[in-house]
Amino acid sequence: MQLLEYQGKRLLSEAGVTVPDGSIAASPAEAAAIAARLGGRVVVKSQVPAGKRGKAGGVQFADTPSQAREITGLLLGSVVSRYTVTELLVERAAPVAQELYAAVLNDPVSKGPLVLFSSEGGADIEETSARSPDAIARVAVDIRTGFERGQAELMLAHTRLSETVRREVAATLQRLYRLYRQVDADLVEVNPLAVTTDGQVLALDSKISLDPGALARHPELRGAFGPAASADETPLERSARELGMQFIELDGDIGVLANGAGLTMTTLDAIHHYGGRPANFMEIGGDAYTKATSALRLVLANPNVRSLLVNFCGAFARTDVMTAGVVQAWEELKPDVPAFFSIHGTGEQEASALIRDRLGVEPYDLMDDAVRAAIRAANPRTAGTGMAR
Amino acid sequence: MLISSQDTVIVQGITGRQGSFWTRRMTEYGTRVIAGTSPGRGGQEVDGIPVYDSVGEAVREHAVDVSVLFVPPLAAKAAALDAVESGVRKVVFLTEHVPCHDVIEVLAEARDAGTQVLGPNTAGIVVPGQATAGIMPASASNVFRPGSIGVVSRSGSLGTLVALNLVGAGLGQSAFLGIGGDPILGTTTLDAIQTLDADPRTDAIVLVGEIGGTMEEEAAPYISGMRKPVVAFVAGRSAPAGRRMGHAGAIVARGRGDGESKVQALTAAGATVVDLPSEIPAALGAGGR
Repeated sequence: MQLLEYQGKRLLSEAGVTVPDGSIAASPAEAAAIAARLGGRVVVKSQVPAGKRGKAGGVQFADTPSQAREITGLLLGSVVSRYTVTELLVERAAPVAQELYAAVLNDPVSKGPLVLFSSEGGADIEETSARSPDAIARVAVDIRTGFERGQAELMLAHTRLSETVRREVAATLQRLYRLYRQVDADLVEVNPLAVTTDGQVLALDSKISLDPGALARHPELRGAFGPAASADETPLERSARELGMQFIELDGDIGVLANGAGLTMTTLDAIHHYGGRPANFMEIGGDAYTKATSALRLVLANPNVRSLLVNFCGAFARTDVMTAGVVQAWEELKPDVPAFFSIHGTGEQEASALIRDRLGVEPYDLMDDAVRAAIRAANPRTAGTGMAR
Repeated sequence: MLISSQDTVIVQGITGRQGSFWTRRMTEYGTRVIAGTSPGRGGQEVDGIPVYDSVGEAVREHAVDVSVLFVPPLAAKAAALDAVESGVRKVVFLTEHVPCHDVIEVLAEARDAGTQVLGPNTAGIVVPGQATAGIMPASASNVFRPGSIGVVSRSGSLGTLVALNLVGAGLGQSAFLGIGGDPILGTTTLDAIQTLDADPRTDAIVLVGEIGGTMEEEAAPYISGMRKPVVAFVAGRSAPAGRRMGHAGAIVARGRGDGESKVQALTAAGATVVDLPSEIPAALGAGGR
């Protein structure tokens, strides 16, 4: 779960990391008032959960309160990296002498926390990393002992930072690590971590991603941050998000209901492979297998759907429970599209009997045959590409 | 890790709805479930299997080879550490949504203790005709039957489809290893492939990968030195490019992780990469590489 910049900066500040003075504005008048309070040059930053905001035009400088008002007026309601801007962070602009890079993340390879640092921070850090991997120091941390002062100092040993700045950066790295642990973060990233002309170390940006699995033990963080709505989110996608399901509308005509991310992706791959076009991505994996009724309602609410493909492979998810949900939704909605089933694994016999008895449909033995039949039904005029049953 | 019909198994969380349901299925398959745990329920029985408050108590009465975890996410760390500290050498960590920092801590302790961990968020192991530890449809005769193909899969549902395609083509499995869907896993793709490469009953390996992460790429150098054929399928190649936020993930992945990067790495390593699971049996028949 990704936090907005200002939400992340609040956590950084509480963790003892210095951030620029500033406030959040939801209107041009608020932005002007904040700029007046701060005095001098300010930066106005669109709060959207996406990277490269600066390159997308979502971050601009203002020299006066009236300029801040004008910029805010232009940015509010605009779309930056797919998200509609509804809030802006107005901050005192910092006199930057050097841009550094710092991050702490869960690393799948070392199977533990990894601390990253570079004295060549800024928007082009990924290019820097690709060009000269040595420009980024990496330290794998034992989560039981934590990130110690000596490790932080060793990371900075080869930099040309002054002694006082180096000490402050080392302390900042440790604060970032402690915050990462304290809030159960997947990622805490500060880019740039600026050294100002007067030698201050300042977090100019913040990318913090929290572990959704750990939110249950952080009541102080729950509620404050929910998943963000993107500007191009469709009404159906919004309903799905509110129901706690991941649903993405695609531009095809075959409605897809499958269980588990791997099987769902494979089902879409197979539709593409045989020349069809899926109408959605919808995952009902894990415990969500009991939500088949509401999932099917969402899939069928898309008016472009001309055939339905149901592909269940039960392991933990019981196909009989999922199929009962599908049958219930089907009888309730009485949709006017043909449905094609491939059902295997845990609960297969019961599930297949349900479909035969209640829907009068015979499930296919092979996923590929069900996929081809669904494509044929959605495109009656271009039939003949698939095999007959 | 693998499991045999000789191995003794403890089920942690045996009194829960899922724990008791799957314990019955494992036992019916022939797995030697000799004990279970459930805090506060020590002294009870589930289907004649004795229940203890902890693994620490159970190991005073039983020799335990394998633990299977059906414990809720926030209690999973303590349960897994209980198994590790009690000297259990193999832990099948089924629980989904375990906080990542908890997983990291469990894996650090397990590494020091010499305990192998499969998962978390795994569907478990099936050794057809021998035993199963997990939540796979092991007893479905159209999905699993004894044979010589070793299968490695992140996903349980997709793994089921692949196993089904093998049996449909007249083949069988030496083992199915579900390694799990979480970003940080005790047993990686590479670990699982090495296990199957060393397994005398496995003649060929089917690798079921997915877009995201770099586990398939990390396994490629080892695959290039293998004599056993490897057939791979990578799910999600038709998916639109994902959206992300920070740079750190990209810095660590160094341009790897998408479908094409995986296909390229695996093909260069000598694996046969197929477009769909239904093409796996033919690729195996052609010698696999």
